[in-house]
Amino acid sequence: MKKSLICLSCPVGCRLEAVPDGKNDWEVSGNQCPRGVVYARNELTDPRRIVTAVVRSDSELLPFIPVRTDRPLPRRMAARLLNELYRMQIKTPVKCGEVLIKDFDQTGVNIVFSSNSNN
Amino acid sequence: MINLQTCDVAVIGAGAAGLAAGAECAARGLSTVIIDREPLAGGILRQCIHNGFGVQYFKEELTGPEYAVRITEAALAAGAELKLDATVSEIKRLPDGAFELLILSAKDGVSRLTARAVLLAMGCRERNRGNIATPGTRPAGVFTAGAAQRLLNMEGMLPGTSAVIVGSGDIGLIMARRLTWCGIPVKAVVEIMPEPSGLPRNVVQCLHDFDIPLYLEHAVTNIFGRERVEGVEAAPLKNGVPQPDQAFRIDCDTVLFSVGLLPENELSCKLGVEINPATGGAIVDETLQTGVPGVFAGGNVLHVHDLADFASAEGKRAANGIVRYLNGGQKPSGCRVTAGANLKYAVPNSFSPGTKTEFSFRPLIACDRAVLEAEQNGSVIWRKDLKFIRPAEMLNIELEAGAGELLFNLRSKE
Repeated sequence: MKKSLICLSCPVGCRLEAVPDGKNDWEVSGNQCPRGVVYARNELTDPRRIVTAVVRSDSELLPFIPVRTDRPLPRRMAARLLNELYRMQIKTPVKCGEVLIKDFDQTGVNIVFSSNSNN
Repeated sequence: MINLQTCDVAVIGAGAAGLAAGAECAARGLSTVIIDREPLAGGILRQCIHNGFGVQYFKEELTGPEYAVRITEAALAAGAELKLDATVSEIKRLPDGAFELLILSAKDGVSRLTARAVLLAMGCRERNRGNIATPGTRPAGVFTAGAAQRLLNMEGMLPGTSAVIVGSGDIGLIMARRLTWCGIPVKAVVEIMPEPSGLPRNVVQCLHDFDIPLYLEHAVTNIFGRERVEGVEAAPLKNGVPQPDQAFRIDCDTVLFSVGLLPENELSCKLGVEINPATGGAIVDETLQTGVPGVFAGGNVLHVHDLADFASAEGKRAANGIVRYLNGGQKPSGCRVTAGANLKYAVPNSFSPGTKTEFSFRPLIACDRAVLEAEQNGSVIWRKDLKFIRPAEMLNIELEAGAGELLFNLRSKE
């Protein structure tokens, strides 16, 4: 089955087309440089995204504290992570960069606070 | 009882521009007070919890709050004073050329601050439904994208249960993903232009990832509902005119408007600062000084930037201008700068001959190859080939020129 993508490796934004090569990989065309091939393969086999959200806290100044994944998370796992985050209630103080969840679902991805709770 | 405080520099607004400027002024030995009406420094960065900030200024990809924390800590470490939860309601110029600011705060009451120089760094306001004259009833559930972003990311409130977004700028696209991730389905993003106005990255990661339909060359032509929004009507545009026979309805209870920003210059106007209609910001020389001596401007209050990084860099340049001014530097001699073909505006509006100056432009055309030319006394004195010109992306260049009016033209090479 043919897939169409826009390469996000640089501002050129090549329109890529990918078809399965029959060997569990993709044949990529439309790219003007080798990065397009890598981009398309990653997007089609293991798309990952930085996920950000807010979690409830006991702070009056910042009742919802922003958090992020410290590296891209497999895209299909975003909903599960968000569900978990929305249930949480955090005790402050916390520091920007402090780990909230270590190694989420054995992905090697940590969830960290992206703000201090006090300034 | 009114407190009276004195400083060298008063910075109005603790966002990306004000904090960078405050850090620089303080690091250069000036007593600096940065004033902001919010209880947390960082401005709009605080509610932009997504990543993509700081790649240029901090050489690292940060979220908005991370950028805010870093730049706030830098300003404090440099010795700047932060006055938060405080609103500047008046500024007046004193006979000796200094300024007196009237500041209101719940904690300190009414206070006065005297400063030898002022930096305007108040940022922008969002354009709203009224600015684009969207017809329909006036129910609850109509928000600007930034207001909804603040509700979701800072107040922890959901604006509704299903949404349509008007405008495909980056703020609108980011909000499409945020709403989806908060369990609010986005039925459509409606854009009047033939191309999305936001970055391709955001089109892919905020719309395609969630199969959100993007209606290009369409306008929202009606909003329905009495107490609460019940839906909108969208119609395709032909030569910019909506086609009523092809209009269709989209049910939703929330409409977000992401239709551009306007520099917030109420205080600037009270001070007598002259505004450039093309930017909505002050007219400035190359030190970013406005027409009122001692008053400088930087960041989104001067012109709307694509990136927080650029606003910070401009704040820092304004700080250099302030240092120069307070050290008795002469008012720049001021040859005029004009934005010509295919450019909406140029900043600054004047420059000094023989001084390297940074210029920013907003292009009016989209093309993959173009040339930017500087013309003086009827002949081209400088030119630069450029790639991937988009109205959504500001152009920044450095140029040193001799005496005479400078005219910039942007020409497509396609």
